Amino acid sequence: MTDGNKIIEMEVLRYRPEQDQEPFYQSYEVPFLDDWSVLQGLQYIKDDLDGTLSFRWSCRMAICGSCGMMINGVPGLGCRSFLRNYYPGKLRVAALEHFPIERDLVVVVDDFMNKLAQIKPYLIPKQVRALDQGEYLQTPRQLEQYRQFSTCINCMLCYAACPQYGMNTDFTGPGILALMHRYNADSRDDGRAQRMELGHADAGVWGCTAVGYCSEVCPKDVDPAHAINQNKMGSAIDYFLRFVKPRGASQ
Amino acid sequence: MEVFKADVAIVGAGGAGLRAAIAAVEADPSLSVALISKVYPMRSHTVAAEGGAAGVVRDDDSLDYHFHDTVAGGDWLCDQDVVEYFVAHCAASLTQLEHWGCPWSRKPDGHVNVRAFGGMKVERTWFAADRSGFHMLHTLFQTSIKYPSIRRFDEYFCTDLVVEDGRCQGVVAIEVATGRFTFIQAKAVILATGGAGRVYRENTNGGIVTGDGMSLAYRQGAPLRDMEFMQFHPTCMPGTGLLFTEACRGEGGFLLNKDGYRFLQDYGLGPAEEQPRNKFMELGPRDRLSQAIWHEERKGRTIDTPYGAAVNLDLRHLGRKKLQERLPLICELAEEYMGIDPAQECIPVRPGIHYTMGGIYANLETETPLPGLYAAGECASNGIHGANRLGSNSLVDIIVFGKLAGERAAEYAREVQHSEPTTLAKLAADAEQRALDVVNRTDGSEKHSILRREMGQSMESGCGIYRTADEMQSTCDKLAELRERYGNVNVEDKSTVWNSDWLGALEVGYLLEVAEAVAHSALNRKESRGAHQRLDGFEQRDDANYLKHTLAFHTADGPPRIEYQDVVITRSQPGTRAYGAAGVAEDAQAAQEPAHD
Ligand SMILES: Cc1cc2nc3c(=O)[nH]c(=O)nc-3n(C[C@H](O)[C@H](O)[C@H](O)COP(=O)(O)OP(=O)(O)OC[C@H]3O[C@@H](n4cnc5c(N)ncnc54)[C@H](O)[C@@H]3O)c2cc1C
Ligand code: SF4
Ligand code: FES
Repeated sequence: MTDGNKIIEMEVLRYRPEQDQEPFYQSYEVPFLDDWSVLQGLQYIKDDLDGTLSFRWSCRMAICGSCGMMINGVPGLGCRSFLRNYYPGKLRVAALEHFPIERDLVVVVDDFMNKLAQIKPYLIPKQVRALDQGEYLQTPRQLEQYRQFSTCINCMLCYAACPQYGMNTDFTGPGILALMHRYNADSRDDGRAQRMELGHADAGVWGCTAVGYCSEVCPKDVDPAHAINQNKMGSAIDYFLRFVKPRGASQ
Repeated sequence: MEVFKADVAIVGAGGAGLRAAIAAVEADPSLSVALISKVYPMRSHTVAAEGGAAGVVRDDDSLDYHFHDTVAGGDWLCDQDVVEYFVAHCAASLTQLEHWGCPWSRKPDGHVNVRAFGGMKVERTWFAADRSGFHMLHTLFQTSIKYPSIRRFDEYFCTDLVVEDGRCQGVVAIEVATGRFTFIQAKAVILATGGAGRVYRENTNGGIVTGDGMSLAYRQGAPLRDMEFMQFHPTCMPGTGLLFTEACRGEGGFLLNKDGYRFLQDYGLGPAEEQPRNKFMELGPRDRLSQAIWHEERKGRTIDTPYGAAVNLDLRHLGRKKLQERLPLICELAEEYMGIDPAQECIPVRPGIHYTMGGIYANLETETPLPGLYAAGECASNGIHGANRLGSNSLVDIIVFGKLAGERAAEYAREVQHSEPTTLAKLAADAEQRALDVVNRTDGSEKHSILRREMGQSMESGCGIYRTADEMQSTCDKLAELRERYGNVNVEDKSTVWNSDWLGALEVGYLLEVAEAVAHSALNRKESRGAHQRLDGFEQRDDANYLKHTLAFHTADGPPRIEYQDVVITRSQPGTRAYGAAGVAEDAQAAQEPAHD
């Protein structure tokens, strides 16, 4: 399917720990059609030019979160960025910034996965409900309170964009803080106090210096910067209430 | 080789695998559960499901209706005892997800809302905007973190099952990051590896949907059942095959041919009305719609695109507000990938491969014929989808039967003991060697990416929406040739860290086996039913000879051996599958007859 006559030059970051001293760019000539994504360009390279290139991908529709990468220096999803937008210039593709490179475009995501597990990303219900009592009631307005923050696809683009995380990976970081807020803001949930233990610490919301680039690169309009801000307010209130109310009764 | 001892091992961390893992540890928190997935759980393809999941909640709906829609939708190839169990457990399974936080869309009064879906008589599809699978998967994954006895093996690629003493006792997997092998020894194994859509080219499925589990079970002698029934979804993006959910039509979208005419009325689905009506027109079942598009193309009434003939999906009359609220992902897909604003322009769509109705044969208890091996989700054929799955039955299939598989495997694991470790270790070492042979061969000359491409092309020409013996035969021949050439594949990359060239080659091996099962099952079914439609003298359904499941068995090195198995019928005798006005007439007539259902 490459009867198109346009050819774009893709420079792709290569690093194979067993043979390469350090990462370098390798250049490929990729013939493409106008609707081709950067991911399709990489697939062409892998299938037809160089089987040794490794990168993560699956859904091709910006929902599985696998294909985050630096595209001309900007964090983006390979499957949602289009070659036509870079042509006739050349295109540089590299592994997501701020994460250790495992190989080529594949980064080590352990830190993100560990942080995700730490914030108790599950409903801690106010009242446990039996199945035969049916669903918890939640109005569309209550749903709207957290809906946006529940659409995070864990692509980690916001981490690659976050200068704070770049300097200090102890910072919990935008995506995970947004996820924390997703549960805290859910009308069915009562786990805020437990989660804020982490959120209070410097590693949590206070680590954010409000640069806002995270929200800019987010492909899903999660707006993690907004989530963090809301939690800063929440944290400040919690912090204050600690002195006036017994612990655990802060809401 | 590293060894990890578990009570239950689950291969696959999509909706079915995660649900199974939670069920197993809830059944017995003292069990250790290994959850193995070749991708991080939230990348599993359940994430891509848009439309929603079926469960009866409305007062004007009933389990009986859901049963009949499913059985008739499946062209009577469903096992009705399993469908009865299924429909009775859907709503509770979905409520369970709600209790775990799944953000189902709501009605103003706070109750869960339901939408219309193709082939369903009453609105019963629970949805979370058009990201239903995404939210189900993330809810299950995040909830699974609560249970410390679930030990995850993320990015471990399973290459084999270990079978000893006539039962399945574990799996061998490659740690993708290092290329090292681990033997996960287990008293019971659940396969939840998803479908096999990637045996075709134009595809709604992600790159990881390569039929691995089907092939692993098949090689160990478990039959693949009803593989000829591959579902084409009528509304996919030309070229990439990306899906425009059926919910587009549930919300009132039209399908138009190049003259702007709602052509479905010419194919027994009319009359065409302004408002969407369940089981009419655009809300007919997928097989009928895909077939109608095929005929329109033959009549020269389709639109040309660089990727072949298409028809138009018209959402303009729904208005921008409703589109943004109910179908945000669809708007995003159309805008970003095609440069189309669905509020202003029609979206060209064409049928693409979407769902694998067949799979590893599993009974009502999710047991496969191999003791200790269970199967759930899209990789399994448990009998509820028959010859054509109804949209929104699968997302609920994976949680109803995922849960059951977790419970049954936990029970079984408590009853049996591991075999002698040295015997098992020997078998695991053999499995390791087989996988290493694929990468270490140096004399090969074939590229697996080329084999994969040729396979996809051949499947599309021989096992498409309409089929003939000649074309199916040439696909079978082609697949035999590809299998031969597969023995001569050269993996370029010989390294160990994240060697996706090697994993890709292993996947092509799985795909080729599954493709052969599909093609030979199709060739042998001399009738037309559901997603299997023939044009060569077998245009009718033939209940006398083919009201039967196809079983494909692996053979040493030839094509599969094909056998048949009776369908379980409890209360619905095969009837006419009628939709539109004809469907209403059929229902009225059925109501007059003494209760035969
Ligand atoms: C685009 C799209 C939209 C859909 N929309 C709907 C809908 O609206 N309603 C509906 O009911 N159904 C829908 N479906 C169907 C439904 O989503 C799937 O049938 C269902 O999600 C399958 O779930 P699963 O758990 O069986 O498999 P998957 O979610 O595919 O998970 C498979 C798992 O197996 C693992 N795995 C596979 N092979 C290996 C291996 N070798 N080693 C280790 N791990 C392995 C994978 O890593 C993954 O974790 C849709 C499907 C698609 C493609
Ligand atoms: S918040 Fe946005 S950018 Fe960050 S991980 Fe989630 S989806 Fe990706
Ligand atoms: S491939 Fe899934 S997000 Fe890009």
